[in-house]
Amino acid sequence: MSTISTIPAFPRMLEDESIYIMREVAAQFEKPALLFSGGKDSITLVRLAQKAFWPGRIPFPLLHVDTGHNFPETIEFRDWLVKETGAELIVRYVQNSIDAGKVKEETGKYASRNALQTITLLDAIEEFRFDACIGGARRDEEKARAKERIFSVRDDFGQWDPKKQRPELFDMLNGKINIGENVRVFPISNWTELDVWTYIKEEKMAIPSIYFTHKRNVIERDGMIWPHSEFLHTTSDEQPFEETVRFRTVGDMTCTAAVASTADSIDDIIREILAAKISERGARMDDKRSEAAMEQRKKEGYF
Amino acid sequence: MDIVRIATAGSVDDGKSTLIGRLLFETNSITADKLEAIERASKRRGVDYTDLSLLTDGLIAEREQGITIDVAHIYFSTPSRKYIIADTPGHFEYTRNMITGASNAQVAIILIDARNGIVEQTHRHFYITQLLRIPYVVVCVNKMDLVNYSEEQFEAIKEQFNELFKKANYREQQLQFIPASSLFGDNISSRSNQMDWFKGPALLEYLESLEWHSLENKFPARFPVQYVIRPKSDQWHDFRGFAGKLASGTIRKGDTVVALPSMQESSIEQIYRFEEPIEEAESGDSIVLTLATEIDISRGDMLVRKEELLEPTKELAAQVCWLDHTPLKTGKNYLLQHGSNRVKAKVTNLFSSINVLDYQTIEGVEEIGLNEIGYISLKTARPVSADNYSANKHNGTFVLIDEASNSTVGVGFIG
Repeated sequence: MSTISTIPAFPRMLEDESIYIMREVAAQFEKPALLFSGGKDSITLVRLAQKAFWPGRIPFPLLHVDTGHNFPETIEFRDWLVKETGAELIVRYVQNSIDAGKVKEETGKYASRNALQTITLLDAIEEFRFDACIGGARRDEEKARAKERIFSVRDDFGQWDPKKQRPELFDMLNGKINIGENVRVFPISNWTELDVWTYIKEEKMAIPSIYFTHKRNVIERDGMIWPHSEFLHTTSDEQPFEETVRFRTVGDMTCTAAVASTADSIDDIIREILAAKISERGARMDDKRSEAAMEQRKKEGYF
Repeated sequence: MDIVRIATAGSVDDGKSTLIGRLLFETNSITADKLEAIERASKRRGVDYTDLSLLTDGLIAEREQGITIDVAHIYFSTPSRKYIIADTPGHFEYTRNMITGASNAQVAIILIDARNGIVEQTHRHFYITQLLRIPYVVVCVNKMDLVNYSEEQFEAIKEQFNELFKKANYREQQLQFIPASSLFGDNISSRSNQMDWFKGPALLEYLESLEWHSLENKFPARFPVQYVIRPKSDQWHDFRGFAGKLASGTIRKGDTVVALPSMQESSIEQIYRFEEPIEEAESGDSIVLTLATEIDISRGDMLVRKEELLEPTKELAAQVCWLDHTPLKTGKNYLLQHGSNRVKAKVTNLFSSINVLDYQTIEGVEEIGLNEIGYISLKTARPVSADNYSANKHNGTFVLIDEASNSTVGVGFIG
């Protein structure tokens, strides 16, 4: 097969499907929330929610679980987006869970707060009695996610049981749950990384600046480029140096690797993805911990 | 850009994972890190080839047992189309997961091992493609390399399969037979040199040529109301929009419509596709409608065009496929979900079940168990605005929900 050189059009059927799912959430649940991380996938969800309820407002709040290790650019963008859309924002902090002794900070070179988010998220779900949490996970990202339903029922403890998934037939979504349970909803399940970017392009959406090329202090570790920050535990032979990079995926500063890139427009980014030899999650340390890292985290309540 | 949804059925032994791996590989859809991860895992497991099933068998339990339990969704694209593969389990115990994966498919690929021909599983897979009225079925006779690319063997299997098709109800289904070797890439993305006798298309060629939009738009317009949008803002003070996804057919601005089940009449004042007013909408579009007059409509109601009226009913006859460990029994109550409409329903009669291997109906059954198919009648508490499944598949199905477990326990095909 020849390689794709032109930028493909966004398949609009995906938008119809996602908006249908958004409206099902609003209709079937009493207290939904949209999990917002400041990354491109959750920004896409906000755009879809705006469209789904237009000319009304988004009928649920955005919930951000702040690890304290975010890129400052992401937080800036989040606050701008909330102002721009008039959406309600709720922030809960992993630091508070640590201070309350509910979770323990990881130690060592690979310490990250990624896994700790789960407890803060589950606490927020309980505090606000959220019965549905909309997330930006996509099935093409990771093999455990490839198995998950659009309405993913979680028990009292937020856990996913992959053997007890409800059959999901045609487009009929069953969100019936008992008190205490909640549902994770994934409206962009069927989108790929490329679909998200072609959508961002066609919708002329704003995204945080770290997705575009910039100069940054980094270190090299395990053949990857890591953003240097006060949160990253480094060894003495890991000396920071300046590099021209961008981020392909945005998580915490401690678990998201950068890629060397000069892409300064959405078109450049799309061309880069079309030519890429490494998958998006290849830059995520959180997935590399083991073959089943994602499934394990999801079973514990991760989204 | 179009999306084509494919369901694959077959077991690991039929070379299904290799076939999918081949499609991904030849469309440049596997990245180096994913391939490396599979190679590492294959080595760890002590197999001396790259086991492509590790790509799709994403759950710990699946990798432990070397079988597919649940549906995995796999994506690849060509310059003209995006493909979504629902890779479904072949084992009988997981038939319900196969139905889940195949329910949205436009194409099903049934894999047959060229050495073995049609086996029990093939009957079941074919039956499900019939039940779901999947318009296109590719019968992929795989592992042709192991039968010396024999035309006779391929023709024999083809004949056997055509015998099967003779008994089938959904006659419009189109079959395409393709002899292939996914291990060596014969007839997957390009035609094989090994089988000059085969004049048909390679698998990917066939998929690229499919057309189904004309099939979808011939159905009557059915608009299940999903959500009512009332902004109550200064700018949109009197706005009352009915949001939903057009299940089938087409509608135009100005059409006279009837709200079901209330039978009140109005006309379409405006169709919005999000912020944008449009003249016409077609099957699958998520839209918002405003009506010229104020009539009482809420979630679960349906709007249809006056000339395409249907009669809401509280009594349904249906073929059901059971998806739960607790069997279906006469007299039991369930919640019936038909589109956005959820009503209480009672099973009034259980007529027969069907043996998918020989299409024989078995009379006088007491219950329908997991993965079994039967005929029932139901009485609902409120009217349901459904079509017969054979007349309009997009408005002729429902699911049954168990009120105690909240789980989706059955799927019904009306008529």
